[in-house]
Amino acid sequence: MSKTMTGAQALIYALEGQGVDIVFGVPGGAILPAYDPILDSRIRHVLARHEQGAGHMASGYAHATGRVGVMIATSGPGATNLITPLQDCYMDSIPVVAITGQVATHSIGNDAFQEAHTWGISMPATKHNYLITDVNDIPEVINEAFHLAATGRPGPILVDVPKDVLAATMTWHDAPPTKLPGYKPSVKGHPRQVKAAIEMIQQAERPVLYTGGGVIRAEASAELRQFAEMANLPVVTTLMARGAMPDSHPLSLGMSGMHGCYTATTAIQQADLLVAMAARFDDRVTGEVKSFAPNAKVIHVDVDPAEIGKVRNAEVPIVGDAKVVLGQLLHQLERTLDDAAPPARTEWFDQLAEWQHDFPLAFDQDPDGPIQQQYVIAELRRITNGDAIIVAGVGQHQMWAAQFGGFEKPNTWINSGGLGTMGYAVPAAVGAKAGKPDDTVFAIDGDGCFQMTMQELITASVEGIPVKIAVMNNGALGMVRQWQKLFYHERFSATDLTNHTPDYVKLAEAMGCVGLRAERPADVGPMLEKALAINDKPVVIDFVCDPEAMVFPMVVAGGSNDHVIMGPEDLPRPDGPQPEDVI
Amino acid sequence: MNHVINVQVENKPGVLARVASMFAGRGFNIHSLAVGPTADPTLSRMTVVVDGPEMEQIIKQLYKLVHTVKVTELTSGQGIEREIMIVRVNAEASKRGEIIEAADIFKAKTIDVGMASLTFELAGEPDTLADFQELMQPYGVIDLAKSGRIAMARDAKSKDGTKARLRSA
Ligand SMILES: Cc1ncc(C[n+]2csc(CCOP(=O)(O)OP(=O)(O)O)c2C)c(N)n1
Ligand SMILES: [Mg+2]
Repeated sequence: MSKTMTGAQALIYALEGQGVDIVFGVPGGAILPAYDPILDSRIRHVLARHEQGAGHMASGYAHATGRVGVMIATSGPGATNLITPLQDCYMDSIPVVAITGQVATHSIGNDAFQEAHTWGISMPATKHNYLITDVNDIPEVINEAFHLAATGRPGPILVDVPKDVLAATMTWHDAPPTKLPGYKPSVKGHPRQVKAAIEMIQQAERPVLYTGGGVIRAEASAELRQFAEMANLPVVTTLMARGAMPDSHPLSLGMSGMHGCYTATTAIQQADLLVAMAARFDDRVTGEVKSFAPNAKVIHVDVDPAEIGKVRNAEVPIVGDAKVVLGQLLHQLERTLDDAAPPARTEWFDQLAEWQHDFPLAFDQDPDGPIQQQYVIAELRRITNGDAIIVAGVGQHQMWAAQFGGFEKPNTWINSGGLGTMGYAVPAAVGAKAGKPDDTVFAIDGDGCFQMTMQELITASVEGIPVKIAVMNNGALGMVRQWQKLFYHERFSATDLTNHTPDYVKLAEAMGCVGLRAERPADVGPMLEKALAINDKPVVIDFVCDPEAMVFPMVVAGGSNDHVIMGPEDLPRPDGPQPEDVI
Repeated sequence: MNHVINVQVENKPGVLARVASMFAGRGFNIHSLAVGPTADPTLSRMTVVVDGPEMEQIIKQLYKLVHTVKVTELTSGQGIEREIMIVRVNAEASKRGEIIEAADIFKAKTIDVGMASLTFELAGEPDTLADFQELMQPYGVIDLAKSGRIAMARDAKSKDGTKARLRSA
């Protein structure tokens, strides 16, 4: 097609060409020209109530669907409001593209109205970013942006477009294939390394397959499971990898790390081999690095070479896409095993079973006591049969959701892992539901988190995106309060929210949602059932929860994973020695 | 120890900012940085001198930048390194002869003569520059500017050159 059009039309046309079906945004002066052709486009625009919400919606959409999420904002404050979601996507390798308006090219640098140096501000928060200065560059830049967002290690890309570029005219040309001489992500692992890995795995007596979120991004869950079964490897899933391996699978050990279960954390500590699959040795996983998995050799598979050796040296580094490398490993293993069985590792599996028996993830729900959040999550899991997409905020509720969610499928657990962004859940749930309208999307949110971005429920109501939000109302910034309880002599500074204001039921109703409340354990199941039966409106359930409950197991920040604290009885006493470097 | 890295980047606006921002954001120290065009107009070359032990991470992080085409680490002595310096020293009449004599030994060029100062230009290996600077110190260095190091690998076929260690992540 060679057609004369404006930059704005070209932009929208280019987005259509990328298969974009929905964008999340807020308009404004500089981006105004781009909003006009949206009216004539088959792309749906969801009007968020805050650009941060738009950004997390794009992220939730990308998480749930695996496709590139798109956010749009105007210049200046619109663009700066996107920085949190961009950094969030950067940390969790979520493919999104942000389109921002910019003041006209001749005004750039003059402190024009709503000018911000968006390119500079967003640079460290994106995988790559652009400032378009020539309208004719639009097809190439959009093509490159989507290519970069989705390939290699996925991530956020920002495209800043000045208003005069949007207004200028151009003759459309289809973008030629991307020409990026410095960008050639390795997909296939080196065959020699693959062979070395299989040899090492065959010899290992106490191996652990330490699985990261990259497995989900690479859509490699089926291969992961097949490999674990064929090689007979127990599997640990990090916070970002929940769902990559079914929790009900006999080889699953669950989540490891700061609030991971005892067996998963301890298995890694005692392992003689870690097969790190698209995981990045985050500090929440490793605890103190020098005492992390001290006797383990490491095979590290990652699409990003910079992750290999960044925190922990790898004896066998393999750079490549997790899905492809798992395929290679499977192939190599098949050849090695032939008819032979993989090592049985009876002693190791007996040991793991013993830990699972002795130190299970557990909670007590006193039927007459306050609601325990774990109980709400377990009930949700029971009622939805693990079919719902669970989205979490950041805090205690997030950790309990990760522990007790019972994840069976990839892309059914969505949370802000790397950045730990409070306020993520409501908008991310809206984005996930927009991308997967036939799925039940249930956010498990903290009362503190909810208050940061709850206005996106207005978006959900008005746009007809019926998400369900469980507000875990413990009247506190619970996770911070827990640390104050443990490490600051119960001096509760600025962590009390009160559990009566706002009235979440009224608030929900005011935002066009159905509002429900559960105050006793007996209410939990019925309220969840009620919420699940409503499909024409968003639903908010106010779960009035125990304010004193704490998340266990726990490894003290910066402490060694050898010291898993199972409950208050194991804690360093307030008058005893305190952890030195609480981070 | 100082390491010299050559970074070939696409000649695009903002690429220097990307490199500098990456170094700052990752907490890597830059000792000196020089940027200029190459024989290929689509590429620029940055010569970065860094301190610190995290060479492998630095190289990998450089490669992560979309506009980085090639990163070469030149371990000490394996590259050809040059730098240019301009130095102005106090030179009252009684000391002039002595200073000029010293400069001559280094083949430094006198590029400005003031009432009480002399300004020299010296190009060469970084060590030579450092020696000359030390020699001028007692006279009183008024001002000094250095270009930052530029470097390239020796031609592998050259007689005295050992092949530079090329790394690609
Ligand atoms: C934007 C942001 N600000 C501050 C924090 C620090 N922080 C981590 S958890 C938390 C408390 C969260 O409270 P709430 O949403 O009520 O969850 P709870 O821990 O009570 O389940 C805070 C303040 C954060 N993670 N993100
Ligand atoms: Mg709370």
